[in-house]
Amino acid sequence: MTSRSASLAAASGPETAPASAPQGPSPAAGTTPKPDRPLLDTCRMFARNCPAMTGLVLLATIVLATLFGPGLYGVDPFSMVDMPFAPPGPDCLLGTDYLGRDILAGVIVGGRATLAVGASAAAITVLIGVVIGTFAGYFGGWVDAVLMKVTEFFQILPTLLFAMVLVTIFSSSLVTIAIAIGAVSWTATARLTRAEFIRIRDLEYVKAARTAGARDFYLMFRVILPAALPPIIVAAALAVGISILFEAGLSFLGLGDPNTMSWGMIIGQNRDYLLNAWWTVTFPGIAIFLTVLSISLIGDGVNDALNPRLRRR
Amino acid sequence: MRHAYPIAIRLVQSLALLVCVVVLNFLLIQLAPGDTVSVIVGEMGGASPETIAALKAEYGLDQSIPAQLGIYLGKVLTGDLGYSHYFNRPVLGLILERLPATILLVVTSLILAFVVGTALGIFSARRPKGILSHFVTVFSLAGFSAPVFWTGLMMLIVFASLIPLFPVSGMADVARPGQGLGYVLDVLHHLVLPAVTLGMIYVASYSRLSRTSMLDVLSADYIRTARAKGLPERRVVYKHALRNALLPVVTMVGMEFGQLFAGAVLVETVFNWPGLGRLAYESILRRDYPTLLAILLFSAMLVMVANILTDLAYRLIDPRIRGRGR
Repeated sequence: MTSRSASLAAASGPETAPASAPQGPSPAAGTTPKPDRPLLDTCRMFARNCPAMTGLVLLATIVLATLFGPGLYGVDPFSMVDMPFAPPGPDCLLGTDYLGRDILAGVIVGGRATLAVGASAAAITVLIGVVIGTFAGYFGGWVDAVLMKVTEFFQILPTLLFAMVLVTIFSSSLVTIAIAIGAVSWTATARLTRAEFIRIRDLEYVKAARTAGARDFYLMFRVILPAALPPIIVAAALAVGISILFEAGLSFLGLGDPNTMSWGMIIGQNRDYLLNAWWTVTFPGIAIFLTVLSISLIGDGVNDALNPRLRRR
Repeated sequence: MRHAYPIAIRLVQSLALLVCVVVLNFLLIQLAPGDTVSVIVGEMGGASPETIAALKAEYGLDQSIPAQLGIYLGKVLTGDLGYSHYFNRPVLGLILERLPATILLVVTSLILAFVVGTALGIFSARRPKGILSHFVTVFSLAGFSAPVFWTGLMMLIVFASLIPLFPVSGMADVARPGQGLGYVLDVLHHLVLPAVTLGMIYVASYSRLSRTSMLDVLSADYIRTARAKGLPERRVVYKHALRNALLPVVTMVGMEFGQLFAGAVLVETVFNWPGLGRLAYESILRRDYPTLLAILLFSAMLVMVANILTDLAYRLIDPRIRGRGR
C-alpha cells in the first residue's frame, strides 16, 4: 500500500505536492499526500497500453456482433439453408454444418450463450471467492482453518469433471451451467482475497478505523476490501476467460443447453466430420479463441495499469 | 528421512479429505434422478412390488439415509464402487483398466510442459527484450486463450489429415496389434498428438511463469553477490538462480494438476484416447452415475497423490527447506 501511494504521488507530484503544503498539520510527518485521481490515472495508463486497447476493441466488436448481428444477418442458425457440408463460398460465407445449417449464423448467435454464461459464471466465481476469502482472511483462527479446509476440498476435485457431474445430475440449462462453473472455480479467488486481507488487516489505517469504533462488517467490506480490490479485479477478468473456455468445453461434450446455440455446441456436433469439413469446427473455435484472447489482453492491461511499479514509466 | 513427519501429516489430512469426497459422492448419488433399483427394474421391463421391495432390501435402499451412508462408506473401503449397468460390470474394474492410459497421457504432457516451458522461460529471461522473450509472451497468451479441445481438432486436421504423420484416434493400431517393442512404438506414435495438445497450454503457462520468476531472481541481492565474487555467468544462472526460479513453477504444477486432469477429459474425448476422461464422457452420454462418480473419486485421489509429490519435490528443491527438518 505504501509503495503504491508513494509512486502515485511521485507520478502526480508536481500538481499535488504544493497544494497539500498549506493545508495545515498533516497526520504524520513523513506521509506523502493522497493521490488525487487514482481511477483516472489507471484509465490513462490502460489507454496508453496498445495490446490492452486492441483487446478492448476486439471484445466490444464481438459483443456488438452477437447483440446486433443476428438482426442484421437474418439467417436462422437452426434452419437448413443449403446442402450439408457446403464449403465456405459466396452463398454461405463460412459454409454449412452436418445438417446444412449456416455456420456464420451459428457463430453470430452462439456467442450470446457463451458470453452470458461466461460473464455470470465469473460473477458467481468472484462472489463466492471474495466472500470466503474475506471471512477467512479477516477473522483468522478457526474460521480461517475451516474455510481453508473447505477450499482445499474443492481444490482436489478436478474442476471440469466436477462441473460435468453437477450439470449431468441437475439439468443442462444455462443457469445450471453458470452455477456449476462458479461453484467449482472460486478457490483461486478465495485464496487471493484471503492473502490480501491478511496483508492489509494489520495496517495502520485499518487499526485506526477499528479504534474509531468501526464494526467487523464495516471493516471487512468498506475499509479493507477496497484496498484489496486491484488483484481481485485482475482475477475477475481472468475468471471471465476461464468461464468461457469452461462453457465451451461443457457444450463441446454435449452438456450445453440443447435449445441454445453455442460455439462449443457447433464444434461438438460437427467434430466427427472434421476431416471432411474443416470449416465446421474451425470458425466457431476461432470465435472462442478471439474472445478469450481479447479478455486476457484486457486483464493484462488492467494488471499493468494497477501495478504501481510500472506506473512510474 | 527428515521429510517423513510432514509428509505423514499430509497423508492423514489427504485421507480425511478423501472421506469427504466419498460423502459428497454419496450425496450426489442421492440427488441423481432414479436409484439403482429403478434402473434395474427399468432394464427388466417392470417388476412386481414384491420384487422391487426385495431389490431395495438387497441394495439397502429401505434403510435411513445415514445408515445408507454407512453402508456406502463400507463398500467404498472394500473397493466396491458400485456396478455400471451400461457396461454391465463392476465400476472398479472399468476404472483400473482405463487408469494407465490417463496416467501415461497426463504424465507425458506434464513432463513435456515442464521441460519445454521452463527452458523457454529461462532462456528468454536472459534476454528480456529478445525475440524469444516476445515469442514467450505471445505464445503464453495464445496458449491460454485457445480451447484445448479445439487445439486438438486443429492438430488432427493439420497433422493427421493434411500431413498424415500421426494416427487420428485411439491408443494403438487395432488392425495390426504389435508386440513388445513394436507395441510400445505404436503407443508412442499415438501419444504424440494428444500429449502435445494437452501439454501446450501448460508450456504456455510455465514459460511465462518461469520467465517472470527468473527475472525476479536475477535481480536479487545474492545473485549480485555471486556475480561480484567473479563467478562465471553460466554458473550464476544455472547453479544459483535456477533452483529458486523453479520454485513457483513447481508450486504451479501441483496446483494445476486438477486442471490438467480436467483438460485430459477433453483431449481424450477428441483423440478417442481410452482413458478415464473418455470413460467420463461415455458415462455422461449414458447417464451412468456410479461410473461418473467413481471417476470423480479416483481423479481426486490422483490430484492428492500429485499434491504430495509436489510437496516432496518442493522440499528437495528449496535450499531453505532442504537443510532442515521442515
